[in-house]
Amino acid sequence: MNKQSNAYTIIYIIVLVVIVGTALAFTAISLKPRQQANADADKMRQILASVAVEVPGNEAIAAYERYITSTFVVDETGNRVADADAFTVDVAKQSKESASERLLPVYECTLDDSSVKYILPMYGAGLWGPIWGYVSVDSDGTTIYGAYFAHQGETPGLGAEIEKPAFSSQFSGKKLIKNGAFVPVAVVKAGQVPAGDADYVDGISGGTITSKGVGAMIDNCLQPYSAFLESLNK
Amino acid sequence: MANKSVFFNPFSKDNPVIVQILGICSVLAVTAKLEPAIVMGLSVIAVLAFSNVIISLIRNTIPTNIRIIVQLVVVAGLVVIVSQLLQAYAYDVSKQLSVFIGLIITNCILMGRLEAFAMANRPWPSFLDGVGNGIGYTIILVIVGFFRELLGSGTLLGFQIVPQCFYEAGYVNNGLMILPPMALVLVACIIWVHRSFNKDLQEKQ
Repeated sequence: MNKQSNAYTIIYIIVLVVIVGTALAFTAISLKPRQQANADADKMRQILASVAVEVPGNEAIAAYERYITSTFVVDETGNRVADADAFTVDVAKQSKESASERLLPVYECTLDDSSVKYILPMYGAGLWGPIWGYVSVDSDGTTIYGAYFAHQGETPGLGAEIEKPAFSSQFSGKKLIKNGAFVPVAVVKAGQVPAGDADYVDGISGGTITSKGVGAMIDNCLQPYSAFLESLNK
Repeated sequence: MANKSVFFNPFSKDNPVIVQILGICSVLAVTAKLEPAIVMGLSVIAVLAFSNVIISLIRNTIPTNIRIIVQLVVVAGLVVIVSQLLQAYAYDVSKQLSVFIGLIITNCILMGRLEAFAMANRPWPSFLDGVGNGIGYTIILVIVGFFRELLGSGTLLGFQIVPQCFYEAGYVNNGLMILPPMALVLVACIIWVHRSFNKDLQEKQ
């Protein structure tokens, strides 16, 4: 058989690709449930990080079931949406919808001192890729209790600093509702103050675009919750 | 070549990283901590050994003009399988390694061994060659990862090594160690030490 002929070459590569493709499809399908479980556990870990409950990945599920007492989905008017599962709502997709169309997941968390916090997910864009986070709010809906931020590939040492507690801990105690109206927390350059009376935190020096991304994410993702937060305040 | 030297030569005299200077990019990228360095090394050993065996088994059937493509398909398939396995069984590490597992496909050591060895040798020597080169690569990764994590973070495999009283006495972690350029400096130091012990690797003046 002539191994250099075109027919042999084409048949050879087709057979090879089919074999490799089958092997990959089999691997992907058989490992899918395990990978999904890992991704879910990681999401639970991140949710808990926003209320300062730090657990390793393998204990996340148990801790999540212990602290998160209920989950629900609200709409822009603050009413609960029936038949929607908060955990499986795709925040990335929802954050691109107009505010009135969005499904807004809320995780209700009861801490060890039996105080209740509400955890709200956020999703936005940094400099190089997506950034996301969770912010927890006190039971009266006005004050931020804690925040957690993560990113896919921001610049190490600059934009990537948003995932460090040094940045996220600044959010504790900031007000989301002032004089009965919703004001998103602004992220500004250190030493500056924003226009208006919004509470603010210092951005990352050298990570201006990522910092602005965080500010825009808070604005975009928490604004639709304003009716829900104000209803807590009453 | 005897099987023994096929296996042991890549450890030192024919090390892929510090003698052939291949695969430097991943050495820079994954060695800031020791654990990802070890996992990366194990992944490369697995991919290199199996791709060497597979290519060696089919080496007489591969049409010459598409042999690089065939090698790439085999390597890419194995790399995706390794990456899927890590996501299923070592999720945290797979997040740290992120894109670098995928980039094993372009690791020059793999193409180099496939083209230079597996295409011309039987499966068993090819397997030994793959494992040997993988270990040679891992040794360097672990040495670099060890120093970078110890001096950069004061930890090893996540455990605190530098005692708290050092920090209280004014010791600070070397932030430069965390950044990729320091891996290059460390690799250069390893090459320096290695060549000064192996006179036959030094060029004649």
